[in-house]
Amino acid sequence: MFNQLFPNVDWVKMWEATYETIYMTVISTGVTFILGLVIGILLFLTSPNQIWANKVVNFLTGSLVNIFRSIPFIVLIILLIPFTKFLVGTIRGVEAALPALIIGAAPFYARLVLIALREIDKGVIEAARSMGAKTSTIIWKVLIPESLPALLSGITVTAVALVGYTAMAGIIGAGGLGNLAFIDGFQRSRDDVVLMATIIILVIVFILQFIGDFITTKTDKR
Amino acid sequence: MIELKDISKIYKTKNGEITAVKDVNLTINKGEIYGIIGYSGAGKSTMIRLLNGLEKPSTGTVEVGGHQISSISGTKLRQARQKISMIFQHFNLLWSRTVADNISFPLEIAGVSKAERSKRVKELIDLVGLTGRENAYPSQLSGGQKQRVGIARALANNPEVLLCDEATSALDPETTDAILELLLDINKRLGLTIVLITHEMHVIRKICHRVAVMEAGRVVESGDVLHVFQNPQAEITKNFVMQVSGTKESKESIEQILVNYPTGKIVKLTFIGNKTEQPVISQIIKEFDVEVNIVHGNITQTTSGPYGTLIVQIDGKPNQVEEAFKLLETREIQAEVIDHV
Repeated sequence: MFNQLFPNVDWVKMWEATYETIYMTVISTGVTFILGLVIGILLFLTSPNQIWANKVVNFLTGSLVNIFRSIPFIVLIILLIPFTKFLVGTIRGVEAALPALIIGAAPFYARLVLIALREIDKGVIEAARSMGAKTSTIIWKVLIPESLPALLSGITVTAVALVGYTAMAGIIGAGGLGNLAFIDGFQRSRDDVVLMATIIILVIVFILQFIGDFITTKTDKR
Repeated sequence: MIELKDISKIYKTKNGEITAVKDVNLTINKGEIYGIIGYSGAGKSTMIRLLNGLEKPSTGTVEVGGHQISSISGTKLRQARQKISMIFQHFNLLWSRTVADNISFPLEIAGVSKAERSKRVKELIDLVGLTGRENAYPSQLSGGQKQRVGIARALANNPEVLLCDEATSALDPETTDAILELLLDINKRLGLTIVLITHEMHVIRKICHRVAVMEAGRVVESGDVLHVFQNPQAEITKNFVMQVSGTKESKESIEQILVNYPTGKIVKLTFIGNKTEQPVISQIIKEFDVEVNIVHGNITQTTSGPYGTLIVQIDGKPNQVEEAFKLLETREIQAEVIDHV
């Protein structure tokens, strides 16, 4: 019955594309989480009245984040072609999509991290300082655990956005479901292929959102 | 133990300079409970944060337990802070950690081994009376219980000084008393020096040995609690003393009596220590030809003894009233004539 509804779908290709999309999403989400966290914490600690209060560093980091956050993703991919070529050696394939995905998503996530950290009660940070805590202790044992639910719901939002980005990256030949839907579906007027790719993308998004919400609620002890 | 010399703290803001603390000199002895009282904005929060280096003075020096807090930084300051604990008005517990893990936090900072940490945490939980609540999260505790966690956490590294930043201001009166009892108990048992800031005279009265009154960044009055209670000099101190002696409410009744009895004198008698228990009023009535009308009476317990006020109207022939006053003086009871409210 499935084959009647989707006569043109090549299931082997479809699963391969699904794997590629998941691969791109997982790797880019993982790297974005770390990179965004580092940038977000840097933005937070260098903001006024914080431990590393530093106007210059804060301004430069903030500007960089804003610039990369403002460039539309499809334009960013094109702009990054020389950089990708230098880094990965090619501009085609799954690996070639990663630099653009990460550089596109990390600044966005860094903003979410900053918002999450600002929500932490200032008194808790003061209490840690009054106990003689080092900055590294404050980062690992106060900032991250105390903002964890917000950090996790932030990365969920980012991961969902990244699924969308991978589809866009597919159009310039990065592989994945977006690529398949565009090349095999749209360009050959096979609507069933486009539909199936869409359904799978939706399922991936729902699963991501479900896992994200579940872990967020689990970690929130407030 | 603690010495503040010529301390001033000036904040630079966009709208000019703000002086939070001005020309403060203060010595706090080992094992003492020292209270700093003032209304909000008087500079008490800044004062207490100077003691653990969360704030640095603009001028002057701060010495705590042999460390020059105002000039050290980095590792030295962090190590000194492990012996100068702090508890807070809003408790400032980590919501992501259980009661036991919150208390364990300063031990982790001090690099105590896991086995020792859990042993110490257990001791502290017993000490502050939270047995059975080890695995609860702060969100599941009442205000008083949260402050107990705060106190246990503050005591974890066996500090020499405990700083209390409005530690009872967010609690109801009964819980406040329980927490104050706990602080007093800790002070006696562990010989801990406690510095607390508050805007409630009740707190000072209940546990402090000495007090400093702050207004607009300056210490306007300081000394033994009983002495300050009996003999408040500054206007602000008189206001604070009224908070606990209940004379504020008696204002209206005095007004009424002044109207009703234009003759005679309204006198405020202040007793301290064991003089509180003397039967002076009946003596006056027996020995002199005077009428005594009681307007208001109150006895307040402080750590260094009871303190009482009695407001009476003494009426009679001028020379008899005069004689009665003389008797009161020989009994070392302060008598102050009130002729206006």
